[in-house]
Amino acid sequence: MGMTAIEKILARNSGQEVVKPGDLVVGQVGTAVLYDNNFAPSIWRDILKVHDPERVVVVFDHRVPAKDIVSATAQKIGRDFVKKFNIERFHDVGASQGISHVLVADHGYALPGSVLVCGDSHTCSAGVFNCAARGTGAPDMFYAVTKGETWFRVGETIRYDLEGTLTAPVSMKDVFLHIADTYGSHANQNVEFGGSALPELSMNARRTMTTMCAELSAEFATFEPDQVLLDYVRERNPAPFEEQYPDEDAAYLDRRTINLSEMEPLVAMPDTVLENSQKVGDVVGTQINQAFIGSCANGTLDDFAAAAAVLKGNKVSSDVRLIITPGTQNIYLEALRHGYVETLIEAGAVVTNATCGACGGGHLGILAAGESCITASTRNFKGRMGDPDSKVFMGSPATVAASAIKGSIADPRDIVG
Amino acid sequence: MEFTGKTWKFGDNINTDLILPGRAQLFTEEEQLRCVFEANRPGWIDEVAAGDVLIGGHNFGMGSSRPAARSLRNTGLACMVTESINGLFYRNCVNWGFLALECEGISTAFEEGDEAHISFEDFTIKNNRTDAVLQARAIPEVLLNTMKAGGVLPLLEAEGLVAAAC
Ligand code: SF4
Repeated sequence: MGMTAIEKILARNSGQEVVKPGDLVVGQVGTAVLYDNNFAPSIWRDILKVHDPERVVVVFDHRVPAKDIVSATAQKIGRDFVKKFNIERFHDVGASQGISHVLVADHGYALPGSVLVCGDSHTCSAGVFNCAARGTGAPDMFYAVTKGETWFRVGETIRYDLEGTLTAPVSMKDVFLHIADTYGSHANQNVEFGGSALPELSMNARRTMTTMCAELSAEFATFEPDQVLLDYVRERNPAPFEEQYPDEDAAYLDRRTINLSEMEPLVAMPDTVLENSQKVGDVVGTQINQAFIGSCANGTLDDFAAAAAVLKGNKVSSDVRLIITPGTQNIYLEALRHGYVETLIEAGAVVTNATCGACGGGHLGILAAGESCITASTRNFKGRMGDPDSKVFMGSPATVAASAIKGSIADPRDIVG
Repeated sequence: MEFTGKTWKFGDNINTDLILPGRAQLFTEEEQLRCVFEANRPGWIDEVAAGDVLIGGHNFGMGSSRPAARSLRNTGLACMVTESINGLFYRNCVNWGFLALECEGISTAFEEGDEAHISFEDFTIKNNRTDAVLQARAIPEVLLNTMKAGGVLPLLEAEGLVAAAC
């Protein structure tokens, strides 16, 4: 029996010929990404030795610029660490600021065939680069940074073959909600994406999908390598790599085909995205107080374009706060150059600096008790974006933008169909 | 290693935002402890006692990488036994030194308040009220040793790789 892409990556990095579901492997860490929460005084332990500073990336993203004394202290500790060990790949508040997973993509830090760990749960985002990327806890990061290795339990793999074509305003977010609604949890399983639709799918669109796989509780999410992927990485990082293709006789737990041509806008109801979505038409009219577009899953230039397409010439309802947050300051600049920011501000949106911000309920858009929000971000757990008695619905950037205009959940096809 | 303790029951898909809400992420460990399950079970934190056992459903601990396992450990719970544990949360249980077992059928075999007898030698769980004995999934030795040692930080400390907690 052959191996799936993720099994081959794990075998390669743990010095083994073969790995199979059920194995516990110890793998070499190619890239270890530390972020501001790791440096929080209640977490941080002074690191005395770094295995290889060139394998470390440091990013401040959850609360930037610092929103209070604790986050300021965490960032100060982080800066001292960067200086002490001469970490070159450092993204402080300023021009190179951004959300870690988006920066990892934009800088080509995640090399195909390698292992990447970060102390944030949406690290599976970088799996889009055919990389074994896993979110870990803070102690895992201390281990990876000081010893250069980490352990993984190998799970079974589910293969998704993507076919057909997406028609705007339907987006990869809707495809994800369809998968989460239809198949539910993928706990202790890996997901692998491939199929004939790949050449038409931008890296941004694909990365929305791998990032969201954290919500499926998947262990790893990977894409089968193709030219689009390889060119994207080579344009950004000159380092050599060995991408890993799944074997033809790879053993999958299940193989599922998703026809993108049949997708339509979906909305996840509050508290979970698992088996909890409705067709947008079935929830149209549900009142909202806030609308958010951003996060590591939906803060790309494509997402700005989708929002601007819906909001152009329209006005955000006076009953709604629409908050839009780019994934990096660089995307912010690009969105300015394309005129998207002007369109969005004219429509009544607040465009913030690049940060996790409202996504994690950290700052810049907290919900009060009894309020409802529709979000194009990653997670809609109870209390995620503020008070435990607030509600978070989830949709695509286009659905969120359309809802902001109407003041209640709306179908984007009624505006830009 | 064996424990006998009173059980508290939780359902499926208990997520990390319930165990440790986002607003508490940068709090001190003591402040974080006060917020455990505040949204879904207010007041529980005052009722749970040292040596108690948490029984849970499927995919326990889904969600974020935050130190929610450390907060559960800090409640004084002896251990937890759930139908299944989320992969990331499992890592955090190992690495923060919180004893955690996966055991199919556990949520139907226990009612809240039943006394559980748990062995980390043969990974069995006995309900002292019904005498039912369940077999949990074995924990690989290296991971069990890390759990028992209080997680990876004491280990890294001993190797001179990280400083002691101040
Ligand atoms: S944008 Fe949201 S999901 Fe992504 S890393 Fe930040 S808080 Fe986590």
